[in-house]
Amino acid sequence: MNSSRALNYVLAAYVVLIFAFVFAPIIFSLIFSFNSQRFPTIPLGEFSTEWYEKILADPDVWEAALNSLIVSSSTAVIATFLGFCTAYSDFRYNFRLKGPYLGLILLPPTIPLIIMALAMLAWFSKIGMSGQIYSIIIAHSVLTAPFAMAVIRLRLNQMDPDLEAAAWNLGGSEWKTMRHVIIPFCKPAIASGLFLTAAVSFDEFAVSWFVSGLNKTLPVIIMEIVQGNIDPQVNAIGTFVFLISMTLVVLAQVFFASRQLKSIRP
Amino acid sequence: MPQKPARKFSLYAMTWRLPIIVWQLVFFVGPVLFMIAMSFFLVKNYRMTEAFEFVNWSKMMSRGYFWDSYWYTCLIAAVSTVCAMLLAFPAAFALAFRASDSTRRWAIFLLIIPFFTSYLVRTFSWFVILSESGVVNAMLGYIGLGPFTMLNTNFGTLVGYMTLTLPLVVILQTITMANIDKTLVETARNLGCKPLATIWQVILPLSKTGFIVAAIFCFILSFGDFVAPFYLGGSQEPTLPILILDTTKSGQQWPRAAVVAIIMMGTLFTIAFAGIALAYRKRKGAK
Repeated sequence: MNSSRALNYVLAAYVVLIFAFVFAPIIFSLIFSFNSQRFPTIPLGEFSTEWYEKILADPDVWEAALNSLIVSSSTAVIATFLGFCTAYSDFRYNFRLKGPYLGLILLPPTIPLIIMALAMLAWFSKIGMSGQIYSIIIAHSVLTAPFAMAVIRLRLNQMDPDLEAAAWNLGGSEWKTMRHVIIPFCKPAIASGLFLTAAVSFDEFAVSWFVSGLNKTLPVIIMEIVQGNIDPQVNAIGTFVFLISMTLVVLAQVFFASRQLKSIRP
Repeated sequence: MPQKPARKFSLYAMTWRLPIIVWQLVFFVGPVLFMIAMSFFLVKNYRMTEAFEFVNWSKMMSRGYFWDSYWYTCLIAAVSTVCAMLLAFPAAFALAFRASDSTRRWAIFLLIIPFFTSYLVRTFSWFVILSESGVVNAMLGYIGLGPFTMLNTNFGTLVGYMTLTLPLVVILQTITMANIDKTLVETARNLGCKPLATIWQVILPLSKTGFIVAAIFCFILSFGDFVAPFYLGGSQEPTLPILILDTTKSGQQWPRAAVVAIIMMGTLFTIAFAGIALAYRKRKGAK
């Protein structure tokens, strides 16, 4: 079985290579952000925090960061609410036109962002809602609701359908059962959905760029800087952006995984 | 008596069912339908007027550059899909069959992270890494190769597409193959099936559905992405997304951009439906 062992090593090396490719841009962005060279290469230049000082002194970056914060947190709340409603409806009820109903929420992420961006831009201009910060929030909740829906739906799958009926039997109304049984059961998934939708919204640039008008978010600022030329400031902003979205995604996954461990208290 | 949900109208049921319907009708179906209507509008003196004319359609369809762009986009998205599926396979195979459960969980956990982190910044990072005096060329220089021009080429575009799609494709392939009944694979091996034949005749047919879904996602993502062809491919040969971008941002020709967008959506739906039909078709000879 020597050849099989050799093959295992080759495959393991290959997996490492794929991971290296996937994480290379993230790691190099981090390294370059602390590098003094304007056109970073090997060998690296000196350690420098020049780019961080530059972006921290730039009021445009601060404003964009604030906008991003507002957009991603508002989006998370709206999208997770919509996702929860839909996941629960799907779990609890069978009704006519359920296919189109689910299609309504699940379709947006399969449409290229540039197309959604154009459609949203045109529609918001038409109904007089373009160029505002809430335009981005609305567009992002359409795009991210399915992620929240998926996470919460998977959690509901683990719930015994009889649990709800048992609560009714014990005299709880539907509303009370929702409040005391279903929502507590879904809590980890709701948290996971909040973080995941916030992460997607935080990094989205195409739709934001089209509909934002003058209210730029961080990815839009990055986009504008990148269009000019190579500017290592992007690496510094990028490192921040990476840190924030990685934290959000990791938190989403931690909550998502924790659902197996927690059981509902009677 | 349990308060069984009544078949008639229920406020409770509607509270959960309606929000998404209203929201998506106004902010998803509305925009898409309006974009379709917009493709028939006219632009006069840089202002869009509502009309029902086929001018934009006939203009776009009769332009050679549109069709060049269309076929180029289809081709490069297809190449990207093939590359991603092939590059991902050995890794997914290793994770599905050779790795322990916990290693596999960690690998998927890690691969989910980049999928949700700024693609724009990752692309910019590749721009710096792949440039004429960048890291890759510097390293190749040490062993006496290069410098190679990697930016503003199809290679650059593909590196961008792989950044976007590879994590997702590896995840989907891994999950698909990890769910195969291992005894079937072992039986094939015990009956004397050679490793490659096992992959070809047992593993691949069993993972057909998952693989087709992965390929469809990969195609959709590559087909609709404007960042990689714009920054890494130099947009010398503009893809359809770049065409939309240019027509909307600089030309103010929203109706023509809408035509391109609708054709893109039509193409994607056709491919997705064909793929799904293929995925769920019964295999030949299956009883």
